[in-house]
Amino acid sequence: MSTLEVKNLEKSFGKTEVLKDISFSVEKGEVISILGSSGSGKTTLLRCLNFLETPNAGEILVNGNKIFSANDKRLSDEEIRQRRLNFGLVFQQFNLFPQYTVLGNLTLAAKLKVKDDRQKAFAEIEEKALDILHSVGLYEKKDHYPCQLSGGQQQRVAIARALMLSPEILCFDEPTSALDPELTGEVLAVIKSLAARKMTMIIVTHEMAFAREVSDRIIFMDGGVIAACGTPDEIFSGNGGDRINKFISAMSNK
Amino acid sequence: MDINVFLEVTAKLLDGFLVTVQIFGLTLLFALPLGLIFSFASMSRFTPLKLLMKVFVWIIRGSPLMLQLIIVYYGPGLLASAMARAGNFNIIYDIAEYLNSFSPLTATVVAFSINYACYFSEIFRGGIESIPRGQYEAGQVLGMTRTQIFFRVILLQVVKRILPPMSNEIITLVKDTSLARIITCYEIIYMGESFTKSAGLVWPLFYTGAFYLVFCGVLTLLFGFLEKKLDYFKS
Repeated sequence: MSTLEVKNLEKSFGKTEVLKDISFSVEKGEVISILGSSGSGKTTLLRCLNFLETPNAGEILVNGNKIFSANDKRLSDEEIRQRRLNFGLVFQQFNLFPQYTVLGNLTLAAKLKVKDDRQKAFAEIEEKALDILHSVGLYEKKDHYPCQLSGGQQQRVAIARALMLSPEILCFDEPTSALDPELTGEVLAVIKSLAARKMTMIIVTHEMAFAREVSDRIIFMDGGVIAACGTPDEIFSGNGGDRINKFISAMSNK
Repeated sequence: MDINVFLEVTAKLLDGFLVTVQIFGLTLLFALPLGLIFSFASMSRFTPLKLLMKVFVWIIRGSPLMLQLIIVYYGPGLLASAMARAGNFNIIYDIAEYLNSFSPLTATVVAFSINYACYFSEIFRGGIESIPRGQYEAGQVLGMTRTQIFFRVILLQVVKRILPPMSNEIITLVKDTSLARIITCYEIIYMGESFTKSAGLVWPLFYTGAFYLVFCGVLTLLFGFLEKKLDYFKS
């Protein structure tokens, strides 16, 4: 059974069809990169998975459980909150909460979910947060505020925050696009270490070399459809078709 | 100048100043939450409510506060007596009679609270709308509820952003309290004027300025302190 199965997903904004009949699946521990020029629907796809957009048609299944179907009645806010926790999302702009420390950013949402025995639960949450911070190499920064960190460090905190709720699938929306080139390395290194630990991930990125290195499979999107899907070697071999080759050479030359 | 006269004037002005502070404090107490509610209404996705709020804000901001004071204080009485003459003793008459029973201070606080809530609501709306959507979305994907996101993530960032315009409004409020004298609220200017009428002294009126200056000075320091307090993060 696939960890994630997306069936015939469609999304339009007004008259603009952004996603047209998107279907794919992701196996446990697999790393999928989504490539494509801007406007091809990559980000919208991630946002649909995270319930930030509601698809007009299609289904989303996690571990065989249908968590979204456009045919079913609208989900309540509570149901959406529960189901979106199957996914984590790391944003292009980090979106850390500026008034909380690094540790506060990690623990806020988890603490709000605690119902009883707060003292014990809070201690466990903090312990977990510190563990995760350690794994992204930012333990020493736990009491810093986001504005005191570099962009790369902020993005690593954002990754740690997304990991706090133990999502089944972690999504990245161009995680290095807002960073200075010299800072992308540390973020990519964290993502690689997650891949090594068999985290299931979907990564929208423009980092060609990185996508080729870290991904098990690459999805190439164009005009709202999946134009190609295959292993990095298949996609980068030059046999994927003109559109892909043009895109890859244009992106790689940047 | 006789020191006793000076002390007597000071004591009287202090009485008036206490009323001024009461108008100020009570207005803030009611106008701040009311302004927040108004700002939500003006951002509502329910269009009739939004339009109603916009029209209301237009009326309140578009007419003099002094006129609003007069309407709140004298309006209900006029309405009630007109209805009594017409023999209409329905629920509206009861409400008008009730509103007519307000003391000058209560009427002042009602009029000021509504007026200031409208100004505050626009500042709040600007502040809330200036927070990037990503902050909401980050909270959403972490499974937080809308209320949690607003109170735990958004609000403090809004407060930080609106502090300078709010301090402007609040300092204006200090001086607007002087309007209350026209509906016989015994605030400090009223007290100062009373010496002109009773003893031909004009200087007590000038002297009231010192009270305003001190009050606004304290508020300025307080807002400076708050801004510093919130300096620890950048939004």
